Amino acid sequence: MSTNEAKYDIEKFRKAHKILKEFSYELKPVVKGYNDRTLYINLATMEIKEKPVPAAMKKKFIGGKGYDLKLLWDAVSGSTRWDSPENEICIATGPIAGNTNYPGSGKSLVTTISPQTGIPIDSNVGGHFGPYLKFSGFDAMEIQGKSDRDVIIYIDGNQGKIQIMEAPEEAVDSHVLAEQLHEMFAANEREKQHVSVVSAGHGAEHAWIGCLNFSYWDKRRKLPRLKQAGRGGIGTVFRNKKIKAMVVKYSGLTGKSNNPVDMETLQKTGLKLHKEILSLDDKQCQMRTIGTAHLVEIMNDYDLLPVKNFRYGSHPEAVKLASWVWKKYFTQNVPDGCWFGCTMSCAHGIDNFELKTGPYKGQKVLVDGPEYETVGGCGSSTAIFNPDAVVEINFYCDTYGLDTISFGTLTAFVMDCYENGILNKERTDGLEMTWGNWEAALEMMHRIARGEGFGLIAGKGVKYMQEYFAREYGADAQFLKDIGMHGKGLEQSEYQSKESLAQQGGYYLTNKGPQHDEAWLIFMDMVNNQIPTFENKAEALHYFPIFRTWFGLQGLCKLPWNDVEPADNAKQDEPNKVPEHVQNYVDVYNAITGEHIDKQELMMQSERVYNFQRVFNLKMGHGKRPDDYPPYRAMGPVTVEEYESRAERYDKQLLEKQNIDPAGKSSEEKIKLHRQYREKQYESLIDAVFKRRGWSRDGVPTVEHLKEIGMDLPDVIELVKKHL
Amino acid sequence: MKYLHTFAEKCNGCNTCMSVCSQLYFKVDDPEKSAIKVSAAGKNSFALSVCNQCRVCVAECPTAAITVNKQGVVMINKTLCINCLACVAACPTDVMMTYRGGLVPFKCIACDACAKQCPTGALKIEVKED
Repeated sequence: MSTNEAKYDIEKFRKAHKILKEFSYELKPVVKGYNDRTLYINLATMEIKEKPVPAAMKKKFIGGKGYDLKLLWDAVSGSTRWDSPENEICIATGPIAGNTNYPGSGKSLVTTISPQTGIPIDSNVGGHFGPYLKFSGFDAMEIQGKSDRDVIIYIDGNQGKIQIMEAPEEAVDSHVLAEQLHEMFAANEREKQHVSVVSAGHGAEHAWIGCLNFSYWDKRRKLPRLKQAGRGGIGTVFRNKKIKAMVVKYSGLTGKSNNPVDMETLQKTGLKLHKEILSLDDKQCQMRTIGTAHLVEIMNDYDLLPVKNFRYGSHPEAVKLASWVWKKYFTQNVPDGCWFGCTMSCAHGIDNFELKTGPYKGQKVLVDGPEYETVGGCGSSTAIFNPDAVVEINFYCDTYGLDTISFGTLTAFVMDCYENGILNKERTDGLEMTWGNWEAALEMMHRIARGEGFGLIAGKGVKYMQEYFAREYGADAQFLKDIGMHGKGLEQSEYQSKESLAQQGGYYLTNKGPQHDEAWLIFMDMVNNQIPTFENKAEALHYFPIFRTWFGLQGLCKLPWNDVEPADNAKQDEPNKVPEHVQNYVDVYNAITGEHIDKQELMMQSERVYNFQRVFNLKMGHGKRPDDYPPYRAMGPVTVEEYESRAERYDKQLLEKQNIDPAGKSSEEKIKLHRQYREKQYESLIDAVFKRRGWSRDGVPTVEHLKEIGMDLPDVIELVKKHL
Repeated sequence: MKYLHTFAEKCNGCNTCMSVCSQLYFKVDDPEKSAIKVSAAGKNSFALSVCNQCRVCVAECPTAAITVNKQGVVMINKTLCINCLACVAACPTDVMMTYRGGLVPFKCIACDACAKQCPTGALKIEVKED
């Protein structure tokens, strides 16, 4: 966005506001990390109320994603669709969230019934909204109903006041809107840091891959930064409800805002990790200088970077998108944490980037990112090996409210279809969607934002396009299924899983779809061969998804868990779990809440919610074994071209794993042999994982297991019994 | 910049500086609450730890609560500080101080109070080019 000052007529915006509902509530301090109340807003009836959190809910669901899912479960039925009025957007933090001592403690968890998958999606996002919501008095908020006009929801956490206001004049696209609202709701420059905005953009109005932007004010840049709740179309639901923005204002944050029982342990544990990050990050992941984009060349070197819609795992031109390139783009030496006190500081930004296309062409803007996933999806997977183009795609995705991962993966799919003759210029309304054509990719995105032609089709995602291309163009449905990189309707994130069976499970044996936040097992499995048997893989596919669920219960970021490791971590038992950091989490949780959990109870808290989410999928008509299969391209080579590009590897595997001599066999024959073998392996993996997770062969949590873990709520048991 | 220059070889370990500092800023005589720390470094020798105004903490502070004043002294604005202690971790000489039960870190602001009371001339306020 432009760095020019005072460019918006805020008074004009204010005058156009019409207060539709006002609500006052009693301000109370957070106690031991909890408010024990949530906020309910209905945009159809304009009802606003606070709801107490029952003790049983607190015990079983802990907070964050747990609270979100419980509130959503109570709000929807099995026939609720994403655009049904009763669907909700739920935003929650968690007991640890908002502390300023332990890095990575400022996350919000957002859930809704996804337009893409029809089941709950959950997204973990930075920015200041969640913690400010918490210190304003609410552990979670749920928004139900649909407005008939654009509204802003405003929460004043110092006054105890909530307003819903008609807001016709402000911008819709996030980079403009967030700046306008920070300006509007702050009384002065200093107060801007006390405001946070949630918004989407024009893209989210027309696509199913809409994301939400959560802002925080960057004091040094004097601009809002935007962090994304990216996955699964939450922004789409947001704009469908005609929410233009949600704004929270809260001042008064201190290290004690959670009223922890043991401040000293909280400080000590946080300081220990701060020091670890500051002394080791430069030698380990370089999160402070490059962030997640440091992964690009590593993935390329290990043949794990998605190239051309996941056909390949590396490309000679990938070095154009390598970490050292991004290091130069990112402004260095500014604290880039998306919540206070996060010394991992990985939310890097590019300043004064001049846009070359679209409605903001010629403007110099601040771009948040790109992160690794954006580079993989919008760069290598589309063969756009042009960093300027990746930055521009990143910027427009954010401001339009579109998920960069889904946009990257669906654009790669469009290009693959174009290169295979399934699409042509006529079908794309003149867009030449060839590999690497960044101008066409951006134009497609602008058309999504404008709601035009092919943009409307592409914006609905890979699953929709598969069905549409088969139906309308007579394309080979099986081929489309094989190359369409989605699971349950959600586009796959940006790691090549062909050679790691465990990662195929890490992606597709997930609750919401193929997202890397449940389990990232490629190195353990493929590179280091630490989990060779099905049982080993199943154990990893039990432990890691469940452990990582805990971040979502607490309002934590995953990165400080293992993107920095203690210097002696490799000498510990099970270094992949980073045991010292897990103990830190136990210590911080106990220090804030006054509870006395250990590592086992930490896992149990997560396992309850993980299983609840699985049952929630069942409630929505999914959540069984047939929903858990990858497209074949995530498992092995689909085409002759792919096979022959790695012929030596595949031939060797035939010999060593199947005892089949590849000599004299055609590539087609060898592809078939691989496919039979790999699909069988995947079936065995599912069997082992479901067994380890306490689920039936069909993927339904058993009554015994639910009782054992304490997730035996009557409606949960009643539901699973119908499927067992 | 203005800073407190230390001459450890002149220090006799009397701890006057720590008393002066903690009494001036915390109204108690408590070494933990002194922005200068004296520690034993061998027989009859002492080490002095105090801020040299290097400014690493300024860049680390997420709320820009730490700034440099006109005299070149690094100052903490307590109302802006959100108590994350990132500055404490970032300090290359471990002289961004905290004490048990405290939230806001504290540091030497080169006020000269301790130097004036030092009986051996081991402390002196000096000015050097930035």
